[in-house]
Amino acid sequence: MLAVVGTVPDPEFPLIHGRVDMEGDQLLISGHRVPVHRGTPALLASAVRISRTIGGPELYAFLVGDIGKGDGSRRLYQFLTQNLSRFSFEVMTFHYLQPDVDWHNRVLFAIETMKPRPVLIADAGFMYAAKMSGQAAMYDYFTPDVGELAFLADESAPHPFYTRGFILHQDNKAPDLIRRAYQNRNAAGYLLVKGKTDYIACETGIIETVDYPSCNAMEAIGGTGDTITGLLTVLRGAGFGPAESAILAAKVNRWIGRYADPTPATQVSELIDKIPQAWSTVSEMEPSGLPD
Amino acid sequence: MFGFLKKKKSESMTTNSAASVGRGFLVFENTSEVIQAENLLAGSGWTVRVMGPPPEIQTGCDLVIEFPLIEELNIVRELENAHIPPIQVVPVTAPLLTPVNLFHTTDFGLYLMVRAANMKITIDKKDLRIVNISGGGCPDVPYLAREMVGKTLMDVPQPRTLGHTLCGYALELAYQELCKQCSL
Repeated sequence: MLAVVGTVPDPEFPLIHGRVDMEGDQLLISGHRVPVHRGTPALLASAVRISRTIGGPELYAFLVGDIGKGDGSRRLYQFLTQNLSRFSFEVMTFHYLQPDVDWHNRVLFAIETMKPRPVLIADAGFMYAAKMSGQAAMYDYFTPDVGELAFLADESAPHPFYTRGFILHQDNKAPDLIRRAYQNRNAAGYLLVKGKTDYIACETGIIETVDYPSCNAMEAIGGTGDTITGLLTVLRGAGFGPAESAILAAKVNRWIGRYADPTPATQVSELIDKIPQAWSTVSEMEPSGLPD
Repeated sequence: MFGFLKKKKSESMTTNSAASVGRGFLVFENTSEVIQAENLLAGSGWTVRVMGPPPEIQTGCDLVIEFPLIEELNIVRELENAHIPPIQVVPVTAPLLTPVNLFHTTDFGLYLMVRAANMKITIDKKDLRIVNISGGGCPDVPYLAREMVGKTLMDVPQPRTLGHTLCGYALELAYQELCKQCSL
């Protein structure tokens, strides 16, 4: 089973955890219906769609309501530190959570008690905290966009809001930023960098770039980064190799864009519907096929 | 209690030391209070700037307000009257982090997108309606998107009134830049 940890933009939403299912365009978790917009629900929806498409593992979610005050995130952090040792997951993905270094460290400590230790993916706010904690190398994947990559490359920035200008200006030099992030030990084992060109990299360098098909409007659509992280979660959990799962996730996400033919006004829920079609195209092009 | 703030000076941070002579910074419980306090103080005509705290007090999603130290009593009194007292007032002795002040604009033809730091906001040029908000990683981003997408720049609540984090603050900067470009 694979786990996703994140938030729902509703202050009244309680702390829940349970298996994830989808009915129509809503997620069903522990008796709660969650509409799919952007953020963690978009990640979960893409994960469920790709898992159903490939016959992949089940999803389990830990969710709480938080609109940025951090109260929900802190309750969830506390729950995780007290209870993670009794769970077992192949992959755990941490997403839209209030960046808080102290709580991050406590959660990471709790993860170390899990048997076996899950593959760890961090995106969004939890990736910010992971970088700031100085423990980025404990993670298997970070999934930044190019702006967030600049933040990872800036050893003194505690949040993308403070990325120094001379680093931010290197937007078109992702390879340099990747190198700098690894030099400063602010990158996970693998980086899946989302942008006009997607980069899959590790400490020894860039493994592959993915730039086809290309759709400029995707950058404007909130949630396209969430869908790629959802795809990565399931593909890695389904047994694809560490680099291969990231490459496949990048390719499927691009074909989603091709099939949805989006404008900058398209909403992410319209893209998620195209996952089965996108997977079909990518898997036909990939010689490796599904893992045994 | 806060003497430890003086113990370390990071040379790698962006500095504004010339501008920081006689300056202090106000530390608040959370970013929401910083945004409220900045609104209040700027509205009252004080020369204040939102900055990043020194490493010793960073927790992950922080802002502080830099202000003229000589006005400490007046400013703290005004904040207390508004029920948003700072939890600490500290002289600036080390460089503060400078927020991103670069904007990147993408023209999609019918749509216009402005990025500030890690936050992007896109409008339909025809009616100035917000069609998408993307980027960011703090939990108020999906909330801000839910509240803002579908509304026009003229009738949308400002991100600074809804946001609670640095991502929310970055979205406010992108929103202001977009309003400027649309001559609002």
